[in-house]
Amino acid sequence: MFTNRYIFIYSSVMVIIVAAVLSSAAEFLKPMQQKNIRTAKIMDILSSVNIESDKSEADANYSKYIVEEYTINREGEVLSTFKNNQLEQGDVRAFDINLRTELKKLKDLNAGKEAQEPTFPLFVCNKEGKTFYIIPMRGNGLWGPVWGNMALEDDFKTIIGVNFGHAGETPGLGAEISTTPFEEQFLRKTIFDNDYNFKSIKIVKGGIGNLPSVEQIHAVDGIAGGTITSNGVSDMIKDCLNNYVPYIKKQI
Amino acid sequence: MAEEVKLREPLFSPKNRKLIFNPLNKDNPITVQVLGICSALAVTAKLEPAIVMSISVLAVLAFANVIISLLRNTIPPRIRIIVQLVVIASLVILVDQVLRAIAYEVSLQLSVFIGLIITNCIIMGRLEAFAMGNKVWPSFLDGIGNSFGYAWILIVVAFFRELLGSGTLTFPVIGQVNVIPQAFYDFGYSNNGLMILSPMALITVGIIIWVQRARNKDLVEEN
Repeated sequence: MFTNRYIFIYSSVMVIIVAAVLSSAAEFLKPMQQKNIRTAKIMDILSSVNIESDKSEADANYSKYIVEEYTINREGEVLSTFKNNQLEQGDVRAFDINLRTELKKLKDLNAGKEAQEPTFPLFVCNKEGKTFYIIPMRGNGLWGPVWGNMALEDDFKTIIGVNFGHAGETPGLGAEISTTPFEEQFLRKTIFDNDYNFKSIKIVKGGIGNLPSVEQIHAVDGIAGGTITSNGVSDMIKDCLNNYVPYIKKQI
Repeated sequence: MAEEVKLREPLFSPKNRKLIFNPLNKDNPITVQVLGICSALAVTAKLEPAIVMSISVLAVLAFANVIISLLRNTIPPRIRIIVQLVVIASLVILVDQVLRAIAYEVSLQLSVFIGLIITNCIIMGRLEAFAMGNKVWPSFLDGIGNSFGYAWILIVVAFFRELLGSGTLTFPVIGQVNVIPQAFYDFGYSNNGLMILSPMALITVGIIIWVQRARNKDLVEEN
């Protein structure tokens, strides 16, 4: 009773209506979504230095505490400086850098493919007279991306705070990376040894008790049942911090 | 005219009430029809995702049932599954976009699972079995009833899994509450990590099915 002609017209009309509804909804909600993403990024950066702010005060806190933004290249040269709400040097603000695309460029270059030179963002925070350096990170967990921010003291090696986020790690297992007990383990750990050899922070399955005592300052306990996520975070920290080593070596 | 009004069914007639209350117990989509088990495993390690998932399924199922019921006489039978899928998928994308704009933190937690509503068998099952052949209002009630039937199982399972597995309960808005007092841990109590793993969701659902059938002998199959 339904002709082929009817079926074709029916499906075409249906698809057009659905497409129209969805794209207008996406367009309509886009500003709110982008604002959320921006606010979440600000809150992540601030929470790595233990400044907890709710959505309404995030912007104000950001301009209060984050005094400078740099972008640096692989040789450790500063390409742009953002200070007092304006770009003093270079043409892109560190906050607007998409770490994902920069890491992709780096991966392509390392694989011998053609790609642009990556640049990496670095945030300088001034809290109660002390200067901290915040390094954003991004990597892969078990089910999807993981990301985080690591705050270092002005000796560039002692961690004073870290926070992690994830898109879809298993609740109760891999998702534990974004809980306070896991993040607190990183406090006072160091990413360099005393001679400033880069050590990163390893996340150790079975606990750091198994490591020699000199290594324990560069490691934290892994998550039981979340080994692949733990390894992902471990690799993320190593790969991301590694890009800043040339810059840090110039500063000390 | 007067006669016609009399013949009209009241909004909550016994028949319509059944549509809401049957899925809660003897027609439960999870424990009796065994549909939607996949998401019952995935989102029940913590209470909060289970609650938000239930609300999202409620929204999608109620609207999908209404839309399909409105269209039911125009849908060519040969492409009805495709039409149903398109309706479900668009509603799910809408829910996802709205959550991202309004409840960003929750949407981050649920990102994967919201997409999985598309494959939730309960929704396709209700569209195919009910909305394709019934009027709009009963279809709407059927959607609400079945989502509540789905929701209470999900929430009960998540409650026990989080309580026994992590010793906490996480609610939307309020956040995480530590339920087991520290004194218990000092005495040597420890959280059962097994509860967090997916097999325990099946076992918990199994226990609910057991209790339900012990109380309601009609549900026991003969053989």
